Amino acid sequence: MSTLLIDLLREELPAAVLGSHATAGDATVLVPRDRLLEVMRMMRDDPRCQMEVLADVTAVDYLEYDPAMRAVVSPVDAGQANGMTSAILPRYEVVYHLLSMTLRHRLRVKVPVDADDLWVPTMYSLWQAANWGEREVWDMLGVDFHGHPDLRRVLNYEEFVGHPLRKDYPVRGYQPRLPMPELVHYGDNETYR
Amino acid sequence: MMTQTHALAEEARRVGDRMIVNMGPSHPAMHGTVKMVLTLDGENVEDVDIHIGYLHRGFEKMAEMGTWQQVLPYCDRLNYCSPMINNVGYVGAMEKLWGVEITPRCKYIRMLISEISRLTDHLTSIAAGALELGGFTPFLYAVEAREMLYPMVEELTGARLTTSYTRIGGLAKDLPEDYERHLMAALDKVQSLMDKVDRLLTKNRIFYDRMIGTGTITKEDAISTGCTGIMLRCTGVDWDLRKHQPYLAYDEMDFDVIVGVRGDNYDRYLCRLEEMQQSYKIIRQIFAQMPGGSVNVDDWRVVLPPKHAVYNSIEGMIAHFKLVTEGHQVPAGETYYAVEGGNGELGFYIVSRGNGRPYRVHVRAPCFYAMGALKKLLVGHLLSDIIPTFDTLNMIGGEVDR
Repeated sequence: MSTLLIDLLREELPAAVLGSHATAGDATVLVPRDRLLEVMRMMRDDPRCQMEVLADVTAVDYLEYDPAMRAVVSPVDAGQANGMTSAILPRYEVVYHLLSMTLRHRLRVKVPVDADDLWVPTMYSLWQAANWGEREVWDMLGVDFHGHPDLRRVLNYEEFVGHPLRKDYPVRGYQPRLPMPELVHYGDNETYR
Repeated sequence: MMTQTHALAEEARRVGDRMIVNMGPSHPAMHGTVKMVLTLDGENVEDVDIHIGYLHRGFEKMAEMGTWQQVLPYCDRLNYCSPMINNVGYVGAMEKLWGVEITPRCKYIRMLISEISRLTDHLTSIAAGALELGGFTPFLYAVEAREMLYPMVEELTGARLTTSYTRIGGLAKDLPEDYERHLMAALDKVQSLMDKVDRLLTKNRIFYDRMIGTGTITKEDAISTGCTGIMLRCTGVDWDLRKHQPYLAYDEMDFDVIVGVRGDNYDRYLCRLEEMQQSYKIIRQIFAQMPGGSVNVDDWRVVLPPKHAVYNSIEGMIAHFKLVTEGHQVPAGETYYAVEGGNGELGFYIVSRGNGRPYRVHVRAPCFYAMGALKKLLVGHLLSDIIPTFDTLNMIGGEVDR
């Protein structure tokens, strides 16, 4: 049951699947960044997929993960054109959870992204849920979503430095102190900017 | 007084005769700390920018620091109106990844605590909604009803709010003596109090006028913005994880999924009221069908051994020591486990590297996506409609901000 979608995707867009697994019954595919929009559009519009809901967007920083064990979470098929294997997958993965309420199935789509080229295309044109979901990933992990209409921090404040869910973000420490707001005059009133 | 040219004056010139109002973060009608920057044309809301994060505690970062079991108490603080659903969801994710099959009695008790929590969650929402529209009496009735249930939670877990009741592979303890009788007596009182609330509110002219037709969302928007739970069902979408992707033993329960028609505040209020009736029904069925036996799986790699085994046998001692010091040896891998929380799909995405500690824990908070959709519910309505809309959305700061 859980591998039906993976098989379908491998059949329709064979070059868009880097690898797949179905641990604990969760169908998962690894997709290269340049094929992501194509895969997602098919997932939403194909009558055999009908993923109306983007249930969740998140990302994982694999900095401290044992490269030898990476194949368990992100298996890559043998014989990739660019010599890609699980052990040399890039540091970050953006993770999308899709849900079809009509057909009652789920799919996890993962996109490996390099740390020095950290962006993926936005899914806002397909699902509006991507608006806040991607803002959170930008805020917490610093992944840039190209084409996002309003990519601002959402959980942390605007002046926050760094992205806390990266593995190299220190657990203890201080954020820089913010200056006091400046007292301004607005008509006959005084207010803080 | 007029010496400085400044951004505020610039802003005023830009928006013309519009008024910019900061509502919150500590506004009496904003239960939960959230700020809305409203652009008003008279009393009409033209634009709104919603700022969250005032309750951000870094849950996901903290979760990466301890062992799997040490994260559990943090989960209570996610949705603090229904803490036990968070407990159920969190341990469920690990059991799914580990392939632990929990006992039938454990499944039933986990359903029971989920339904009690759902009741307290909906009671909070209805009570706060009534209060902020000026209905002080129904507020007191609903809060009294909630106060009937909190002692039941306390009897079960030892705490009213910070429950930490579930364990990986089981529960902290079995049901106490005579629990069914106590809970049923409490439920009868809750039901009679809620009947009063129903009579006071549902056909109340003032309440009705404030609720009906305000805060509307279409079916397409609700689906596209990732709304789940009541926010989705009020538009008429028949989707409840308990029914359509059953977890625990919900497939053995007989209950209805409550859906609305108009997708407005009044429908969300009615859905909550009716869903409480379904919860009473499920709780009665749970007690009627409650299986016997142990609540914990019989595997000392998963649950702590009983105390007499720890103190009197070397195996028990070692099992206890290893589990406490090294943590649960959840195998390397990733999984996503979703339960139907008080406000919608509460999902836990976990990544393990097999060393007894979480590598990544991500919470898919139902309110977070509902808050993302809130702009659609507010723009085009009146300033005063924000109050009932924000009430029926039932935003929980602990869950949104994590």
